[in-house]
Amino acid sequence: MSDNDKIIDEVTSSDYKYGFSTQLDSDTLKPGLSEDVIKQISLKKNEPQWMTDWRLDAYQIWKEMDEPEWANVNYSKPDFQKISYYSAVKKKQIDSLDEVDPELLKTFEKLGISLDEQKRLSGVAMDIVIDSVSVATTFKKTLKEKGIIFCSMSEAIQEYPELVKKYLGTVVPKSDNYYAALNSAVFTDGSFCYIPKDVRCPMELSTYFRINEAGTGQFERTLLIADQGSYVSYLEGCTAPQRDENQLHAAVVELVAMDDSEIKYSTVQNWFPGDSTGKGGVFNFVTKRGVCEERAKISWTQVETGSAVTWKYPSCILKGDNSIGEFYSVALTNNFQQADTGTKMLHLGRNTKSTIISKGISAGHSHNSYRGLVRMGPRAKNARNFSQCDSLLMGDKCGAHTFPYIEVKNPTAKMEHEATTSKIGEDQIFYCQQRGLSPEAAIALIVNGYCKDVLNQLPMEFAVEAQKLLAISLEGSVG
Amino acid sequence: MLEIVNLHASIDNKVILNGINLKINLGEVHAIMGPNGSGKSTLSNVIAGHDGYDIISGDILFDGESVLDFSPEKRAHLGLFLSFQYPVEIPGITVSNFIRTALNEIRKAKGEEPLGASPMLKMMREKMGVLEMDKGFLSRSLNEGFSGGEKKRNEIFQMAMLEPKMAILDETDSGLDIDALRIVANGVNSLRSNRNTFIIITHYQRLLDYIVPDFVHVLFNGKIVKSGDKELAIELEKRGYDWIKKEQE
Repeated sequence: MSDNDKIIDEVTSSDYKYGFSTQLDSDTLKPGLSEDVIKQISLKKNEPQWMTDWRLDAYQIWKEMDEPEWANVNYSKPDFQKISYYSAVKKKQIDSLDEVDPELLKTFEKLGISLDEQKRLSGVAMDIVIDSVSVATTFKKTLKEKGIIFCSMSEAIQEYPELVKKYLGTVVPKSDNYYAALNSAVFTDGSFCYIPKDVRCPMELSTYFRINEAGTGQFERTLLIADQGSYVSYLEGCTAPQRDENQLHAAVVELVAMDDSEIKYSTVQNWFPGDSTGKGGVFNFVTKRGVCEERAKISWTQVETGSAVTWKYPSCILKGDNSIGEFYSVALTNNFQQADTGTKMLHLGRNTKSTIISKGISAGHSHNSYRGLVRMGPRAKNARNFSQCDSLLMGDKCGAHTFPYIEVKNPTAKMEHEATTSKIGEDQIFYCQQRGLSPEAAIALIVNGYCKDVLNQLPMEFAVEAQKLLAISLEGSVG
Repeated sequence: MLEIVNLHASIDNKVILNGINLKINLGEVHAIMGPNGSGKSTLSNVIAGHDGYDIISGDILFDGESVLDFSPEKRAHLGLFLSFQYPVEIPGITVSNFIRTALNEIRKAKGEEPLGASPMLKMMREKMGVLEMDKGFLSRSLNEGFSGGEKKRNEIFQMAMLEPKMAILDETDSGLDIDALRIVANGVNSLRSNRNTFIIITHYQRLLDYIVPDFVHVLFNGKIVKSGDKELAIELEKRGYDWIKKEQE
């Protein structure tokens, strides 16, 4: 294990093994989950009674559920009684970049991340001279003028309880699945966003602009509401390697797209994937779903390169007539990573359309599965779906799997499904080498070409970073 | 510039090159001809550094330096270019992106700054003009859905952009119609100078009507069995390879 891996490994697993028992103070709850713990979380967050009741209800549901086992992944299940569900203990403050692991800084450099951003990501205390603060201030002002609400979930519960009450859990119900139920009971924070009627959000919304509030929690809850005729593009995550002391991540994202609105939701996920021997790494069990009313459109784009185990299916409920759902995904697994990811397109309304483009890349000893459901309901007259699921294999020790599920209950519905599996050819690599590219550069180029249809969906700067990220994630997988 | 000394090479324990000796100076154009299976493509792959072959003995010198231990990309950085007989497809990567990446990798290896977008584009337009290529070419996926002729023209375009010191054209004429052949040959001729050299591998004399070689070599059973000037190529075209084979028996 390299020093870098060791450090990351320690950071990601140590708190888990020992909980917070050595540093308990008034703002940290003892490990374990119970009604009492949930009441305390709610109390510490000064939440209204309805929110507390909502959480308790979710907890009751969760207790009755079993952890799902159908996914094509293997891991030892987390012990939910060993997790501390609330901690206000600050991470150790670092004073300068000199104290940060040089390997991590090297990666930042390769990704072209600015110094200020490097400091923020590696937890260095930041002072007054930060460009991004003024950017964020201007940003907030512009949003306010348009009537756009963009804040943390905790703030939304206090400031906009009516909106939260009305929509929370309507797209992903508490009882949806095991991790969603757990998240509903114990979520600590996340993002809330509301775009008013006919407003086009003038910039990409990103948690980046929430700076000090940005620390992603273990159980994140995001709710995004696009009112009639509005448009928003939302960016989640970042390409820099994210270290986190929590091993289990169970987030829930709900999108509400009202009539004629459009939501574009882009994710880059690069949590610690475990070391090259498969030790450590984040379990990422996420529930993401959006509902489209009439003529609304939801577009999910994801680039997944991190986490030891990924279990994630961003989905669209195409409820309104003429609504559109899209899913563009690149999932890259290396070493011993496992990913079971895909989407669900549920066509309820007439003339609904969906597109699925999934690009899996497996290297090392990893396993990469696409799992997707396309369901055309009885009312979904003239519904259309196009699915394309491609797998790219590197080496002969990895696996690529495709599990497409199709249910059609309306005879006028049309579906197309295409799937390919390919390997990077030695002749392709030699060709590139002959033109002066190293084998690593050749593979990065070939992989980026393979992912182009998905990367093109990302906002420009994000796409450039994602390209570099794919190259970095595959380093050491050749030869 | 390039010197090949008693080179023996095999693939899967089968000896393909059986003692090649060849010396090429700057400014020269050498044609290598020979029947199928004589080792022509093996020779070009071995010079380019393909790792699928075992070098049994001998040496390849580039400007007096042995390159046998050099990776293919390092040889490319030294100025070696191979125009492939069967160029590969790289879906999703445009011709312009590929050439920009290649050119800047080579510049980087030489310690030069990357070439900016605008001079790059200007250079591409200029070279495309010589090769009578359509501008739309640049935004197409590399070799994907290209006709045989387009692939070959794209190889020569890359060569023109990378300005190699030594270029090997492996059966560039196969799959070209007469017009394309003329255009490609014009492209090569416009690049000829006393600062570079070309090896042209071909079955037919036809290409050599347009690109007139200084030397012609006949490769047979992994050995150069005859060398001469352009007259040798004309004789081969007339008489075929049988007389060479008989001479060897």
